[in-house]
Amino acid sequence: MKGIYKITLLVGITILVSSCHNISAPNYQYFPNMYESLAYEPYAEASVFKGGKEAQLPANGTINRGFEPYEYENSTAGYELAKANLKSPLDSLDRNSEKGKELFEIYCMSCHGATGNGKGKLVEREKFLGVPSYKDREITEGSIFHVETYGLNAMGSHANQLSTHERWLVADYVLKLKSQL
Amino acid sequence: MEKVGNHNSISRKLFLSLGLTLIFSLTSFAQDAAAPAAPEAAPVATQGGDPVKGKELFNANCAACHKLDGKSTGPELRGVSEKHDKAWLYKWIHNSSDLIKSGDPVAVKLFADHNKAVMTSFPQLSTGDIDNIIAYTSEPKATAPAPTATAAVPGTGGESGAISNNIILGALALVMGMLVVMLYLVNNVLRKVAKANGIDVTPKEPRVSLWKAFARNQFLVLVASIFLLLASGYFVYAYLMQVGVDQNYEPIQPIHYSHKIHAGDNEINCKYCHSASRVSKTAGIPSLNVCMNCHKNISEVAETTATPEYSKAFYDEQIQKLYNAVGWDKTTQTYTGKTQPVKWVRIHNLPDFVYFNHSQHVTVAGIECQTCHGPVQEYEIMKQYSKLTMGWCIDCHRKTDVKMEGNEYYTKIHEELSKKYGVEKLTAAQMGGLECGKCHY
Repeated sequence: MKGIYKITLLVGITILVSSCHNISAPNYQYFPNMYESLAYEPYAEASVFKGGKEAQLPANGTINRGFEPYEYENSTAGYELAKANLKSPLDSLDRNSEKGKELFEIYCMSCHGATGNGKGKLVEREKFLGVPSYKDREITEGSIFHVETYGLNAMGSHANQLSTHERWLVADYVLKLKSQL
Repeated sequence: MEKVGNHNSISRKLFLSLGLTLIFSLTSFAQDAAAPAAPEAAPVATQGGDPVKGKELFNANCAACHKLDGKSTGPELRGVSEKHDKAWLYKWIHNSSDLIKSGDPVAVKLFADHNKAVMTSFPQLSTGDIDNIIAYTSEPKATAPAPTATAAVPGTGGESGAISNNIILGALALVMGMLVVMLYLVNNVLRKVAKANGIDVTPKEPRVSLWKAFARNQFLVLVASIFLLLASGYFVYAYLMQVGVDQNYEPIQPIHYSHKIHAGDNEINCKYCHSASRVSKTAGIPSLNVCMNCHKNISEVAETTATPEYSKAFYDEQIQKLYNAVGWDKTTQTYTGKTQPVKWVRIHNLPDFVYFNHSQHVTVAGIECQTCHGPVQEYEIMKQYSKLTMGWCIDCHRKTDVKMEGNEYYTKIHEELSKKYGVEKLTAAQMGGLECGKCHY
């Protein structure tokens, strides 16, 4: 008779364990020393660094490889200067590119709309208001690039999502949309 | 097998489950009582202007920088006609810079009070248009609408189901318990009655127990043990195969970020926030400045965003957590400089001995994010959709045709491999997607 008790107990435990699998905790690992990186992983916790995190800001004055300084400052005066003087470095091959459209649809369309009329999904749903149509604004490729880099009023900077070249591609596409409105 | 930190132990699970069963019928439901927003005193009555037209104009021209209530880039505009007279407002709206330069004391003070942000001039707005906008801004603030009141009432929507289920289950458990007690009592009484009547209730002769009879039948024992072995083998295999697989892993994140609201309802492209997936090995955790691109303006969710499960107050608290982390002061609309990192919990984590590159799959192959990550736009809480096992990778590499169009890199090798395999379309496997060294090195 004891055997039956044991079997019932085992089955019960199995059911209990499997039914209460905690989805908010990771599973067991087999030989985790091959799973976990010895080197510090990005964003990981690491006590040797300041603040206990691996992600640190680069030393002051560090620049990216291939970084080109952007001379116009983030101010109304800088905007006016960029609008008047800044010219796109894109050559004829990069103009009207599919890439510009693709990037526009990722980063701009939500607010500015697929045609640039200022009626994107977020505006329609009244999350973001006051997005102007490109038609109603005096913009040049320089001013578009400047705003993409620094943001303007309610629009934030997109410089960390788009590289310099990509921002020029988007500026080119925005002008194309403006001409079609 | 070794256990890694932060993993759950069997004993803890057992205790937890036991505890859960015990407190099952005692689960109480806390509800936060949302205080109804006090209706604000109505600002001055409209003075000859159409508030409906005004709303249109306001949303198109002013709302980028001004809100009706609460500071944005510019000051709040509800009841602005009380603060300034109309003639002054016309001048300010048509060209604020000129007004400031002319030395108007009110204009100079206003300019200085708002971080010296220059307001765009709107010479195209007629005085009639401005009257309409003023009429709109003079409308009293809408009092708390009905939906909020109902949302705060306990036992609506999904919660009601949970409560009634618990009540039913508790009642059933109670009935069962009473039955057991009654049976025991009845049995006792019957025995006593039998004893009193002089009837012997003890079994007469000991029968051969079922267990012993079973043990004597060797054929039955053989069949039973084979069955038991096979069954246990099946369960052991199933258990071992899920070791290290984190499918459906759904950790609690420090900020309740809803992919459903952002990627689903608002249709924001995945790559807007996870922009690194286009160009790098990792998809990246979006840095908080990406959140602030929108949430600088959106400091609270709309009434319609709230669900029975998550209230508006709950979502607003999450946005406040973001503000605390980036050090954004909502009232002054400035960064305080006091930041604190957000400890996101990583969900998708491949073992260190596997190489996986996002840009290769997202940009080059053009695979939709949902192929591997599932319908994320429907997830209120993010979880791991796929198994992320090697078999799962290989399966997809065997089935998926490589995207050749518009990719000169593949032109030559495509021709040669097509000839070799005698096929028109090449799968990732035929391009070498099954070679060990492609992912393990």
